[in-house]
Amino acid sequence: MSNTISIRKGLNIRLVGEATKEIKEVPVSGIFGVSPLDFHGLTPKMAVKEGDTVLVGDVLFFDKKKETIKFVSPVSGSVKQIVRGEKRKIISVLVESDGKQEAKGFSIKPMKDQTAEDVKNLLLESGFWSSMKQRPLDIIADPSNNAKGLFVSSFDSAPLAPDYEFILKDEMEVLQIGFDALSVMMEGKVHLSSKPNSNFSKIQGVIHHSFDGLHPAGNVGTQMHHIDPVNKGEFVWSINIQEVAEIGKFLTSGSINSSRKMALTGSEVTTTTYLNVTRGSQIKPLVKNAVDATNVRYISGNVLTGDKKELTDYIGHYHNQITVIPEGNEYKFFLTSGWLGHGFDKFSNSRLFPTFLLPKSKKFRLDTNTNGEERAFVVSGELERVFPFDILPVQLTKAAITNDIDGMENLGIYEVAPEDFALCEYVCTTKINIQEKIRQGLDLIASECM
Amino acid sequence: MEPHFIKGGKYEKWNPLFETLATFAFTPKLVTNKGTHIRDGVDLKRTMFTVVIALIPCLIFGIYNTGHWEMAVVEGNRDLPYFSEMLSKFLMGLAIVLPVVVVSYGVGLTIEFIFGMLRGHSLHEGFLVSGMLIPLTMPADVPLWMVGLATAFAVIIGKEIFGGTGMNVVNIALTARAFLFFAYPTSMSGDKVWMSGLGEKMNTNAADLDGFSGATALGDLASFMSDKATVAGEAVQSNLAVQSFSNEYGAWEAFMGMIPGSIGETSTMACLIGALLLVFTGVGSLRIILSFFIGGFVMGLLLNLVGGNPYLDLPAYYHLIIGGFAFGAVFMATDPVTASQTATGKIIYGFFGGFLAIMIRVLNPAYPEGVFLAILFMNVMAPIIDHYVVQANINRRLKRLKTI
Repeated sequence: MSNTISIRKGLNIRLVGEATKEIKEVPVSGIFGVSPLDFHGLTPKMAVKEGDTVLVGDVLFFDKKKETIKFVSPVSGSVKQIVRGEKRKIISVLVESDGKQEAKGFSIKPMKDQTAEDVKNLLLESGFWSSMKQRPLDIIADPSNNAKGLFVSSFDSAPLAPDYEFILKDEMEVLQIGFDALSVMMEGKVHLSSKPNSNFSKIQGVIHHSFDGLHPAGNVGTQMHHIDPVNKGEFVWSINIQEVAEIGKFLTSGSINSSRKMALTGSEVTTTTYLNVTRGSQIKPLVKNAVDATNVRYISGNVLTGDKKELTDYIGHYHNQITVIPEGNEYKFFLTSGWLGHGFDKFSNSRLFPTFLLPKSKKFRLDTNTNGEERAFVVSGELERVFPFDILPVQLTKAAITNDIDGMENLGIYEVAPEDFALCEYVCTTKINIQEKIRQGLDLIASECM
Repeated sequence: MEPHFIKGGKYEKWNPLFETLATFAFTPKLVTNKGTHIRDGVDLKRTMFTVVIALIPCLIFGIYNTGHWEMAVVEGNRDLPYFSEMLSKFLMGLAIVLPVVVVSYGVGLTIEFIFGMLRGHSLHEGFLVSGMLIPLTMPADVPLWMVGLATAFAVIIGKEIFGGTGMNVVNIALTARAFLFFAYPTSMSGDKVWMSGLGEKMNTNAADLDGFSGATALGDLASFMSDKATVAGEAVQSNLAVQSFSNEYGAWEAFMGMIPGSIGETSTMACLIGALLLVFTGVGSLRIILSFFIGGFVMGLLLNLVGGNPYLDLPAYYHLIIGGFAFGAVFMATDPVTASQTATGKIIYGFFGGFLAIMIRVLNPAYPEGVFLAILFMNVMAPIIDHYVVQANINRRLKRLKTI
């Protein structure tokens, strides 16, 4: 095991509402949704019609450009509706569960006979491939590329993030099988990054790395940058560690288990907990009896990178937590809680607020107010303090805003994903939507350079 | 009330004004809709307001100092005790400084509102600081119409034509100062402008003021470069010049700011108090402030090495405490919009800013106040410095590709 890499440039946003370590089962019933919008840049092509009967693992739609990438049903039942938006764009595919969770059977050769091609095909057929992301571009990995490495992070350092040591404590064996399969498939190396003294260091057949320090230490992008950064023309892949365990389960059982453990977190949740839910679940049953307040925001994912959801929406594909925080849609008088207030209720990385005086154990209840209006970039040196990359965040963002392709290439756009800039966006005095700008930059690169 | 001002409302045109006042009194109910769902408490209003707070020691001291020299003029006594009749000095100072501040804010904010209404956005916070900086860089005797004109020039030509706050190339307050310096040199330099009422009194009542000089430390120093060295209006032998200078302007007096000069610039002490607040809160860059002082000191030492005339022999530390050097280092050079934005760039930018300031001050006595010229020059050079720092980052990344 290599030396621990300590991330000093970053920020742990201390929020109220960490999940207590109990697991609550959520029964499979009602309507489940799979949304193509969870996968950036995807053009879906439907494989089913409304009214079709499906099993767990039956293909609902596939990628129109790369038809081998498939998206499967998380439940057994019937396709209730294909929700379309403007220009008949597919918003989501709703499947009504029959409650039985009958799964499609896959024939799987014993592990020792599997070739790289076999494993890849199995992952593509079973829909697991949709969880494999690539950089550059931060989209679903293109299976026809050769990646120089596969990166897995065994911890999430985002605010209120789930603890994978807890989630996977009884699943070490399947996790090992999952990693074995990925090692067979990968031509490049398989990297596993953990906290120091982690249980995951027992996993064999991977290259271990150790990270600690401030968020974004647990982000796979940070880890890639410090282990083996992406250069132009190279590809790296990454996958969530819970998916690796599910791949292990799938390879042993031959059928897909679409349940995932998620953390139900946030200051507005009265009973925070871990939930054992089925993929594509509606938000409403998950937060039943757990949220009293009404003026709240439901977030699928964490507060930095998650998606805003309504109660009737469905949890996002890449998310492992639900966060509920208060909405900030009210005026705040400038002297009491506004811009000139004492600020003991605000969490700030700047010394303009007294956050730095408060003990580290103090946790905050933050709302969605932007605490100010958007302006042009004025302050300098502020984003760099929370950005542990050898990349200039302001300059790269400006290149993205001005559609400067050469500038973006030179400044490192191939290495980054919008989520790497989430903390920059949080601390930005001038309230610029940096993640959105980076995504637009990546879209431009995707259309012009890839 | 709000419905009248939003689009389609009765007073739609006045929305920027309404929005400015509303957002000043209440943090608006805007919520995040993309990206992160929570945001840091800090915003530009609080940031800019902190700079204004940091300027208050300079302002208070400037008011008192202006009052003191006004009284010195009235009594015709340059050696008036500094700490006597403090209240009346303060009030005299206030009567001079307050109108300058009012004119600066009044003219600047009016122009900003007009541009805001033309562009349909509320007032941006940048001028909160510029409006305070402009009066502090003015000589005490400046006519108010000049302050207004300079402010208008700086806001329109220096900032709004580039797109407003965050887009300007050079510092707004220094643009105002430079405009007056070059447009009305007689009102901006020489002996008579630094003490309020002196010019007028000298014309009408010359006999009373025999032997009274309004010279500043910089003005005296500039005379060291010519044949006729003077200190506070009296000719001195060039071999005794430095000593006589440091008698007139003791290092302690100069550091505290008890000498004639622009309204807010004389007290290094007050500037350093402001600097403490700026650096502690992270609003001002320690890199820039420190390297600016170091740059000035290094140039001072180099000049000492050359030597040969009294100005060149002046101890290097003196340069840091007279004139607007400290004020420039703390409040002007650190303006984040016009300074370098990269960490390495800030050090280079600050160092050369200080270095050039002393170089211009000493080697070109026509411009005794080299600080503002040096900072304006470095403002223009900052993007180039940043360009090379960014290029170094790019090259490092390319090299990484080659070594693998």
